Amino acid sequence: MTGTHPLRAKRRRSALRTAAFMSPWLIGFSFFFAYPLLSTVYFSFTRYDGFRPPVFNGLGNWTYVFTDYPLFWPALWNTLWLVVAMVGCRVVFGLGIGLLITKIKTGTGIYRTLFSLPYLAPPVAGTLAFVFLLNPGTGPVNVLLDAVGLPTPGWFTDADWSKPALTVLALWGVGDLMVIFMAALLDVPKEQYEAAELDGAGAWSRFRHITLPNISPIILFAVVTGVIQVMQYYTQPLVAGKVSAGVIGGSGRQFEPGYPDKSTLTLPQVVYNAGFQRFDYGAACVVALVLFALSMAVTALLMRRRGGLIEAGD
Amino acid sequence: MPRTGRLTTAAGLVAAISVLATACTGQSGTAAADDPKADVTIGFWHGWSAPGEAKAIEENIARFEKAHPNIKVKVTGNMTDDKINQALRAGGDKAPDVVSSFTTDSVGKFCNSGAFADLNPFLRKSGIDKAKVFPKTLMEYTQFQGNQCTLPLLNDAYGLVYNKDAFKAAGITEPPKTWSQFTEVAQKLTKANGDSYDQLGIMPTFHGYETTPMRLVAQWGPTYFTADGKANLAKDPAFANMLTAQKDLVAKLGGYEKLERFRSTFGDEWSAEHPFHKGLVAMQIDGEWRTDMAKEAGVTFEIGTAPLPVPDDQVADYGKGYLSGTIMGIASASKKQNAAWELVKYMTTDTEAVVAFANSIHNVPSTLAALESPNLRVSPEFKTFLDIARHPKSTTTPARADGGTYQLTFQDFAYAVEKGDVADIPAGLAKIDQQIDTDIAKAK
Repeated sequence: MTGTHPLRAKRRRSALRTAAFMSPWLIGFSFFFAYPLLSTVYFSFTRYDGFRPPVFNGLGNWTYVFTDYPLFWPALWNTLWLVVAMVGCRVVFGLGIGLLITKIKTGTGIYRTLFSLPYLAPPVAGTLAFVFLLNPGTGPVNVLLDAVGLPTPGWFTDADWSKPALTVLALWGVGDLMVIFMAALLDVPKEQYEAAELDGAGAWSRFRHITLPNISPIILFAVVTGVIQVMQYYTQPLVAGKVSAGVIGGSGRQFEPGYPDKSTLTLPQVVYNAGFQRFDYGAACVVALVLFALSMAVTALLMRRRGGLIEAGD
Repeated sequence: MPRTGRLTTAAGLVAAISVLATACTGQSGTAAADDPKADVTIGFWHGWSAPGEAKAIEENIARFEKAHPNIKVKVTGNMTDDKINQALRAGGDKAPDVVSSFTTDSVGKFCNSGAFADLNPFLRKSGIDKAKVFPKTLMEYTQFQGNQCTLPLLNDAYGLVYNKDAFKAAGITEPPKTWSQFTEVAQKLTKANGDSYDQLGIMPTFHGYETTPMRLVAQWGPTYFTADGKANLAKDPAFANMLTAQKDLVAKLGGYEKLERFRSTFGDEWSAEHPFHKGLVAMQIDGEWRTDMAKEAGVTFEIGTAPLPVPDDQVADYGKGYLSGTIMGIASASKKQNAAWELVKYMTTDTEAVVAFANSIHNVPSTLAALESPNLRVSPEFKTFLDIARHPKSTTTPARADGGTYQLTFQDFAYAVEKGDVADIPAGLAKIDQQIDTDIAKAK
């Protein structure tokens, strides 16, 4: 037998055509994912300041980050704290507001707009507004709390209150989640509620046995994207810490993020601090990889635990 | 399961791409083979932003361009150190050739990494003896281990700026010279009002603008490092003594929490809303610029200036202070280094240029000749800072391979001390020494 079998040639042409159609994605994947990931892994094993050529130093950066880098552990703790509190509160609050607005008969558009608007505010402007509102001495929130005889927290100037203050700030911009939840809630088949009502199910029972199962894939989506967002949380804590520390436009003074007492320090800030302030790309790459591994692990865990629910929701 | 796997991968990809977007690039450059007489345009980045300061720069550049008709300077102001660092690393046509920065603490990092070109060959070529041109302390913070990668461009001296009217009202006739007098005066000038203050003698916390641990400890005459380069904060009593004295002052003025709450009501340091301008604090640890800034803000009270107090056992050295300033260097990636040197030489060593610039932005001149120049405008308040700059015992913080990271480590510890979180200061300083040594070893 000689020559190429016509079927085999057809298959090869088909494979080439597929590859050609896929090439934009493949190129994008290689340049924007595979290359950065592999080079981050490579640089994490080198001493590299961005000016001189990288020098291989084995596990030096890894040991340094885990044992000697004073910002790493506080940032990891803060990031995990914020992941749990912020994601939890945002989902509950976003769902609550979504439920409330879907129940309202008149003026829904106005409420939707009102709750979505803060989400449109740029993060820096929103944070500055909250630093002003939560100013322990002059902020309207504390003035109000004082007027009704409640204790007035130090908010962004108190290490015990800075993360709750950031969580409140995150709730203010919950408009994105609210819109998604509203769409999901309006999608729940009405006949299921009607049937449940005929069976005598109360409001809580309807929510528990009809609403929740129907919207569980959306809740999972909100949690997973929320976790990823909080893992990348950078701007708001940096601005809040910087402004509260009194370092606004001042020159000549170095600013290490995290005021007060490293309580607003997050892992992305540590990546920036190590790489761009300390000129230590090696350590920055280690922290970036830790963040990457953490994001993957938390996401995988969530998907695995909730996998069954997703199938059920489909 | 396959669906879960796909979703996991997708979510992971999003996370990874976002997280790794800050990943690592960079290169460096060398050699100065360009002709400084050829027609050329060089880029100059600086950090000044106030209209008066930007105007002063423009005037200085105009004088330079007149003297060097073949060199055009493209000036970019209001640049932060972070942007400068990034541009130096990225290089390319858009990156600056000449850079000035307010952060003298970065010099060790700049020199060690090779971000800036060594200016020693340029100085030699131009026949400039740097020891005869610049004060000794300024030479300390502009070079690292013999690599003169920057030169001083104006100087900052830190002292005490005070409200003379508030002093009179409290029956205080002269500024405090020793730390115990300082503590006493600060208490006398403090008028508490419930949980807040009508007037505070001084904001002593280390977040209070220029009141940094490094500036305060300079009055104790510290030695940050031993001769063999090891951190010396635990062994030199200056550090523990300063921290103890400052913690005591914080306690006597109302305690950390009350003071920090009051501080959070303050306006921007560089605006008219500064608490000193508004009479909320009677004394301020500050640089030579504050008097003019306060006058421009329209304060109605009389302003006095004095050196910072010294510890009671060092009263003979009263008059000394902490010095830093602006630095200027040439990007090592620049392809126009000889032309760039002409600008650096002019701005940093030309007496007329230095004096004119110092007069315009109310900074202390950075050359010995400019300090003695008859054209230097000297008010009585400004003279205090000139004297601090000239004082033989005035000091600066030494350049190290990790830039100012060692100072941040000390600063972090000082925050904990003033807050009352440190029971054993010497033991804490010993740990700080270890951390500093580790960080410097890593940066080398």
